[in-house]
Amino acid sequence: MVAQNIKHALFCAVITLIISYPILGLDLIAEGIQIKLSGADTSTYIGIAAAVLIVFLFQLFRPAITGSLSAIGAANPLRDRKPLPQDKRVRLERAALILIVIGALLWPFFASRGSVDLATLVLIYIMLGLGLNVVVGLAGLLDLGYVAFYAVGAYTFALLSQYYDISFWVALPLGALLAAAFGFLLGFPVLRLRGDYLAIVTLGFGEIIRILLNNLTSLTGGPNGVGGIPDPTLFGMEFGRRIKTEGNTSFHEVFNIPYNSDHKVIFLYLIALLLAVVTLVVIRRLVRMPVGRSWEALREDEIAARSLGMSRTGVKLSAFTIGAFFAGFAGTVFASKQGFISPESFVFLESAIILAIVVLGGMGSQLGVILAAIAVTVLPELAREFSEYRMLIFGAAMVLMMIWRPQGLLPMSRVHIQLKQE
Amino acid sequence: MLTLENIHTHYGKIEALHGVSVEINEGEIVSLIGANGAGKTTLLMTVCGDPQASSGRVIFRGEDITHKSTSEIMRSGIAIVPEGRRVFSGLTVEENLHMGGFFQDKDTNRKTQDYVFDLFPRLKERRSQRAGTMSGGEQQMLAIGRALMTRPKMIILDEPSLGLAPIIIRQIFDIIGSLRDEGMTVFLVEQNAKQALKLADRGYVLETGRIRLQDTGANLLANEDVQKAYLGG
Repeated sequence: MVAQNIKHALFCAVITLIISYPILGLDLIAEGIQIKLSGADTSTYIGIAAAVLIVFLFQLFRPAITGSLSAIGAANPLRDRKPLPQDKRVRLERAALILIVIGALLWPFFASRGSVDLATLVLIYIMLGLGLNVVVGLAGLLDLGYVAFYAVGAYTFALLSQYYDISFWVALPLGALLAAAFGFLLGFPVLRLRGDYLAIVTLGFGEIIRILLNNLTSLTGGPNGVGGIPDPTLFGMEFGRRIKTEGNTSFHEVFNIPYNSDHKVIFLYLIALLLAVVTLVVIRRLVRMPVGRSWEALREDEIAARSLGMSRTGVKLSAFTIGAFFAGFAGTVFASKQGFISPESFVFLESAIILAIVVLGGMGSQLGVILAAIAVTVLPELAREFSEYRMLIFGAAMVLMMIWRPQGLLPMSRVHIQLKQE
Repeated sequence: MLTLENIHTHYGKIEALHGVSVEINEGEIVSLIGANGAGKTTLLMTVCGDPQASSGRVIFRGEDITHKSTSEIMRSGIAIVPEGRRVFSGLTVEENLHMGGFFQDKDTNRKTQDYVFDLFPRLKERRSQRAGTMSGGEQQMLAIGRALMTRPKMIILDEPSLGLAPIIIRQIFDIIGSLRDEGMTVFLVEQNAKQALKLADRGYVLETGRIRLQDTGANLLANEDVQKAYLGG
């Protein structure tokens, strides 16, 4: 046993040495046209040696270390906590959501401009997370191309405003409906697919939309993107210093207050908040309605759901369409916030981040998705110094989450439905 | 009640059923027995419309349902208890039943649920337990109960005895018998030929996509060929 441990530890240490020495310990220096190989400085060698030693010791005493780690886990007082009774839990979650919304309403009037701007982005991600949660968490359909619907919403507003001078409030429903239409369209080819195959097709769909936007240069401007997207107005009042569209008035003139560029940021934030709350409430209602239960049946067992007379077509299409609808919402707000969009904003990484929000939050759990959206958006901003390592930290966080909380931050607590007794 | 007329069913180019005709009358239990790969499940799936028959007709209560969609067929009064039970394991017993009554109104559901609980008192005891944590027999009861929640005129059972202990199998078959006594039409597909034929009013023997024999249950039980091939006698 001990001999085996030492052998294993030695092996790991040698691997560490083999990997780290050529990468860190050797430098290529260009001298004129020649390239000279030279060693790094002494501190790097000490670092490599230390790393090798740490790996060796860790592997050697691994059983003891993991044992003490699990002892720490056992000391966690929340570990054996009993689940709350259902009615209490539902009330608690509702109270938490209401508190969050009230806090979010008041907060921008005290916070700095930068943080309000960031919060708007958080709200956009909350909308996206809640929307994708319908498809992935509730209906159990793995969608890796969700960003496509976000792009459709954003581009609908951008292009309509560019070609037809259409305002935010008209574009908002149009963008959402068009995104929903795309969701409906995507639903057809994937009706028969499940699991991995579904994931691949949706991934392809996401890329198709992005590449189309990139190459339809005459319509979308291609990689140059679309700029000059107007800000939303409040009953015909604009938030800029000067009025851009004829017939509109200006917010600060109507209320006779000095012009402040923060007004616009706060207004946009409030719009995003309103839409996020709408998304939240609508989806909460849907889950309790027959369509929500049919999503659940499909996720649990497709054959059983069909044996009860549910139409696979209808259930899947409704999940894709409704999920896409809210991505369209989010896209319109995003376009308005940025004022400029290009295909670069809608790469696969965005889909991955939205999916990470859903998975981190706990599939199907709305409060979890909200917390995860905040974490995924705000933490990188706080840790700006580490921005080079952003993806590394992100990956590590995902791995740790899957080890300690495989169900997500706040696992979905299903609402049990009972027939009322007479 | 259900008539299959000269059904041919294909999977791609391969023909799995070569002209099968089956007749099920109202209020009787009809058993379909056959070895692995004989086409029993294909026959059931053809009734459900997935895959659809490539020729022949499926007539249910005087209506041609051959080319209707699965969801339409399942809502027209046929209920199927799929092979392997397939309860919604993350949902409670009551929620499973509720899913069964998806297309019924609340009053109907309340009544049917009481009826199912009378039929299976065990389910009532476990009404708020997760279905996945129950024993195989209880899950089978739940699967039957869930099918009954659709208020069917006819119920199709695909291998209800699969993987169950003999004593539980007897219980399940007793319940199937009592369903018939209450006027339900039952189409039972089984590998457990002895018990299926004992219970059945009539039976069919399916062999490599063709109906080999058809008779009353008792006659089939006594039939020498059937005994040799299916009853280990």
